[in-house]
Amino acid sequence: MPDSKIQTEEMVIRSSKGISALHLRELWEFRELFFFLVWRDIKIRYKQTVLGVAWAVIRPVFAMAAFTFVFNKLAGFTVNEVPYLVFVLCGVTIWNFFSESISFATNSLIKESNLITKVYFPRIIIPSATVLASFADFIVAFILFLIVMLIFGIAPTAGFLFFPAFVLIAILAALGIGFWFSALSARYRDIAYALPFAIQVLFWVTPVGYSLAHVPEKWRVYFWLNPMTGVLEGMRWSLLGYGELNGTAVLGSFFIALVLFITGMGNFTRMERKMADFI
Amino acid sequence: MPAVITAHNVGKQYIITRRHLHNSLRDVIAEKFSRLTGRSSSANDDVLIWALDDVSFDVQQGEVLGVIGRNGAGKSTLLKIISRITEPTSGEIRFRGRVASLLEVGTGFSGELTGRENVYLNGAILGMKKNEIDRKFDEIVAFAEVEQFVDTPVKRYSSGMYMRLAFAVAAHLETEILIVDEVLAVGDSQFQEKCLRRMENISKQEGRTVLFVSHNMGTITKLCTHALYLQQGKVRALGETNSVVSQYLHSEVQEGAEKILTHQHPNILHFKEIFFNKIAVKDHQGLYSTEIDVRYPSSIVIDYTVSKPVRNIEISVRFFSYDGRPVFTCHQSDLQPDLYLQRQQGTFRAVLTLPPNILIPGEYYISLEAHEPAERVLDKHEHVIKFRVNETGSKLSRYQPHQYMHGVIMAEFPWTNERTSS
Repeated sequence: MPDSKIQTEEMVIRSSKGISALHLRELWEFRELFFFLVWRDIKIRYKQTVLGVAWAVIRPVFAMAAFTFVFNKLAGFTVNEVPYLVFVLCGVTIWNFFSESISFATNSLIKESNLITKVYFPRIIIPSATVLASFADFIVAFILFLIVMLIFGIAPTAGFLFFPAFVLIAILAALGIGFWFSALSARYRDIAYALPFAIQVLFWVTPVGYSLAHVPEKWRVYFWLNPMTGVLEGMRWSLLGYGELNGTAVLGSFFIALVLFITGMGNFTRMERKMADFI
Repeated sequence: MPAVITAHNVGKQYIITRRHLHNSLRDVIAEKFSRLTGRSSSANDDVLIWALDDVSFDVQQGEVLGVIGRNGAGKSTLLKIISRITEPTSGEIRFRGRVASLLEVGTGFSGELTGRENVYLNGAILGMKKNEIDRKFDEIVAFAEVEQFVDTPVKRYSSGMYMRLAFAVAAHLETEILIVDEVLAVGDSQFQEKCLRRMENISKQEGRTVLFVSHNMGTITKLCTHALYLQQGKVRALGETNSVVSQYLHSEVQEGAEKILTHQHPNILHFKEIFFNKIAVKDHQGLYSTEIDVRYPSSIVIDYTVSKPVRNIEISVRFFSYDGRPVFTCHQSDLQPDLYLQRQQGTFRAVLTLPPNILIPGEYYISLEAHEPAERVLDKHEHVIKFRVNETGSKLSRYQPHQYMHGVIMAEFPWTNERTSS
């Protein structure tokens, strides 16, 4: 016989209206499923590939080589404080995390539509899990970056302590955009088609292969609207001691990432209710 | 005692637009634009459909409620609302206890992962805690009979093993309320029997509440204490299983010896490799009739279309007794194994001949199905036609009107009779 204590709690299912608050308690209840989904994503991401996890290293290495060739050798961008290779690799590790997160997150709901139409759980854990799974790749790439730093004999400065803050801004921004795009693409498939193009455009207007110092003064303010600008400039400042840190601009990046995160979550919980009907 | 589940005036509305759903931004923008310019035509293109309309019922603890009705009657929508997959448009449902829904076996199974990994993942998806799965792991694997293969990726499993493992996880859920949608229609008959016993156990011994959707009236009458009969989104009958089931059979099964088979979503026919057009019952004189003479042969005529060449598709006809229990099933390949292997494109007529003196006088229903054995169902019509076997002087006529007590099959097997002492 079931426990009598379960008799006390009553659930009510009815149509909800307006923007509902995120049910934090419920999210906590489903934390195990969240970690199972992360674990599964990591586990099957490189299944049936010959090189396996090596891909997490190969991609940043090739990106580093290509970007150094294009930006440094062809376009003639230079940085004085550190070798260009290391400068680019620092940006590539966090940029790859960001772009992969949003592209996996955007398609995550469509990929899991079978789950969505068959089982109940807070749907927001699906895009969140893909972002966390991409973070595993980031850790691998980041270790590679630290090794490269060692090879080039670059000693970390006191700013090193601040780098988790910039990673956090990147995670917030990736989650925020992931929430927006995944919910919208569950409804409108256009988003999934537009995404690779959008990421490409975003790449060129984000200082990954170059630095904000290469950007004419009058345009910099627009660059700061991109939360990834603060992340990249901040990462290079904290890890490589490169450039000056513009505190206001970093706070601005954080603020924009936070707005993306909160509005993305709000929109997601609003669209979540009918997701099973239209996906 | 208060009810475990109380549904109060539940309604669910779907909007279907003539140009299908707005699945791309272009449609939405175009529509917004045409509304702005006042050339709006889309407003009247919208069709509102109440998939569920004013549905109310109570379920008590330990009750097994069978939800029955035709395809499109709203059964799945109801289960989806109770499972919280989608929200109702109106009304509310209150319940006490944890709910687990099994709308499909093996939801979230990943072919790349091993059996062990999938048990954990699927358990988590169905709402089990990790330590709960740890505790039951051996039991689940034993139930599924896949002990040697727990560390093999499930993509290497046979479909039978896959289904068994998937059902085994679900069968070990410990929630107070279990919602099951016809998942028993899979696996071999032995495993199905095992699943049914497990379901009976869940409700009878463990006192848990089960909501069960099935098209199989035999399973419904066997498992369920109560039944809810939905028709076009409304409650048509609610109460004790046998009376609800007989109401369903009487009102849904079309009278008439010949029946044109319509399809709920005609567009789907483009994708179906095989589908049925018509079914009819003929008496021994070759006339369409639902009144069959027990002493003569009769036949079932099936018209079907194969839209592109297919392999391994079986056509089967299942006979049900008046109370919805399956009696036997005839497969088209029973005596022609080759037919089943390869089907050519075209429209065909299949005729199944029933010998005389096989079914005991009474009422019978037929279900028709095209399927790939243990894989998928291509077309299916449940309880599509009804006929009566009339007593015209069979060996049982001397027991009239109590022939039904003799079972459903007329058995005539050899006896011996020898004097053993004098």
